Amino acid sequence: MKKLINEPAGVVTEALAGMGAAHPELRIDLENRIVYRADAPVKGKVGLISGGGSGHEPMHSGFVGLGMLDAACAGEVFTSPVPDQMLEATKSVDSGAGVLHIVKNYTGDIMNFEMAAELAAAETGTEVIQVVTNDDVAVKDSLYTAGRRGVGVTVLVEKLAGAAAEQGRPLKEVADVAQLVNDNGRSMGIALTPCTVPAAGKPTFTLAEDEMEVGVGIHGEPGRATVKLAPAREIAEMLMEPILSDLPFKTGDNVIAFINGMGGTPLLELYLMFGEVARILKGHGIEIARSLTGSYMTSLEMAGCSVTLLKANDDIMTLWDAPVNTPALRWGV
Amino acid sequence: MTVTQLSSWLRIYAELINEHTEELTQLDSAIGDADHGTNMQRGTAAVLAAIDANPADDAAALFKTAGMALVSKVGGASGPLYGTFFIRAAASAGAVTELSSHDFAKLLHAGLEGVVARGKPEPGDKTMFDALAPAVEAVDDALDDGASLSDALAAAVTAANAGRDATIPMLARKGRASYLGERSVGHQDPGATSAALLITAAARAFG
Repeated sequence: MKKLINEPAGVVTEALAGMGAAHPELRIDLENRIVYRADAPVKGKVGLISGGGSGHEPMHSGFVGLGMLDAACAGEVFTSPVPDQMLEATKSVDSGAGVLHIVKNYTGDIMNFEMAAELAAAETGTEVIQVVTNDDVAVKDSLYTAGRRGVGVTVLVEKLAGAAAEQGRPLKEVADVAQLVNDNGRSMGIALTPCTVPAAGKPTFTLAEDEMEVGVGIHGEPGRATVKLAPAREIAEMLMEPILSDLPFKTGDNVIAFINGMGGTPLLELYLMFGEVARILKGHGIEIARSLTGSYMTSLEMAGCSVTLLKANDDIMTLWDAPVNTPALRWGV
Repeated sequence: MTVTQLSSWLRIYAELINEHTEELTQLDSAIGDADHGTNMQRGTAAVLAAIDANPADDAAALFKTAGMALVSKVGGASGPLYGTFFIRAAASAGAVTELSSHDFAKLLHAGLEGVVARGKPEPGDKTMFDALAPAVEAVDDALDDGASLSDALAAAVTAANAGRDATIPMLARKGRASYLGERSVGHQDPGATSAALLITAAARAFG
């Protein structure tokens, strides 16, 4: 393991301290491992909180700021935060308008956020709505699994619900935007190489030089199958087919297309992939109304990418264009 | 059994987790995300620190402190599950300084019910429940037959280990392992493994 660290146990806290030094517009509670926008709670605005294991940066701390999250709770690497953190964050961002918890569908994240919401209701009576993202088509959605994972669409949910909250929409409506985005978004990813969790010190899984993992999760947990490495053209087909067939996108539909890097893949390759995705969409007569390309939801240094498509209506596009000012996403300001 | 004995259960559990940290993480890397060992080690170390800093006068206080430490330090799914186990055990034990064998069996039941309420596992889902549930049942059966607590816990260890081993051929239906589908078959469940250690720790503490 070659990493820029001091000692494995200190990685998360030291990274947050560094983030605070780099971004004075954020307020960092190092003890509770919470990143706040400095002006939270914003009077009259619904508070938005997300959180999850560390190691997915900029998700979620990089999305704290105007037009997105009010607070992000950072867990240990690849481990959900604990209820104390979400409880503290919930109380701190509630201006009286209620709080939205944006939770990726992982068993640990769900349980810890649920416990936090129970505690918040008991302690302060804060109104909390939880929206769970579960956009990963690589995973079978059945009664016999924990359901689909929440992956790339989470970035879009945070941007779009964040914009809705910034407009002053009430909690229920902000939650409805988040739910609509989740329901109309689908994702799938591949990995070319594994990643190494600092505390474990060795790669989480192994792939031969000529292999890739199709349908990988953001913790490097395997997905559909390990297959032979293919050209980008074919990889794009492998990712797009399950997405397009899962949510019936029609000719003439507008989409937000999001190509996400897993941490170890350069923008050169991500734009190349975007070109392949655009070609496939053109073949289906689907319009790319807006796009995002970059490493926004990563898995440490894992190489690979994911594709997220969101069917977009006029409201969604307006919310997408609304100003956002966070460390990782910024426009219109 | 006294509060001192009950806290030795927690101490022995922390030792066993320490000894098996690597193994638990290894098992988790096969079907999960390779952190069960390090998470449980962090959690049980926090439990010891908490009970040393605030020595408990009674069973309820002891288990509540332990449960809260686990919830607050472990994260993932294991934190809420093991944390809820001990918080429910605290409520069942009550503010007493001595527990009978029957009280202890009741406490195990309450803890198990907490795990069920939080995680909604079913038998055969390939989770900690598959080790914990047969162990609790073995304690009941042995005590009903008039066995001593020591013998009942010995039977519980056998049942927990068998339950743990039985997770190997199972298809995971809960947690991150469920995303693997068929590929989860053939791997021992890390949660069932740490749960079996919890029962082993009880047998050593009260044996």
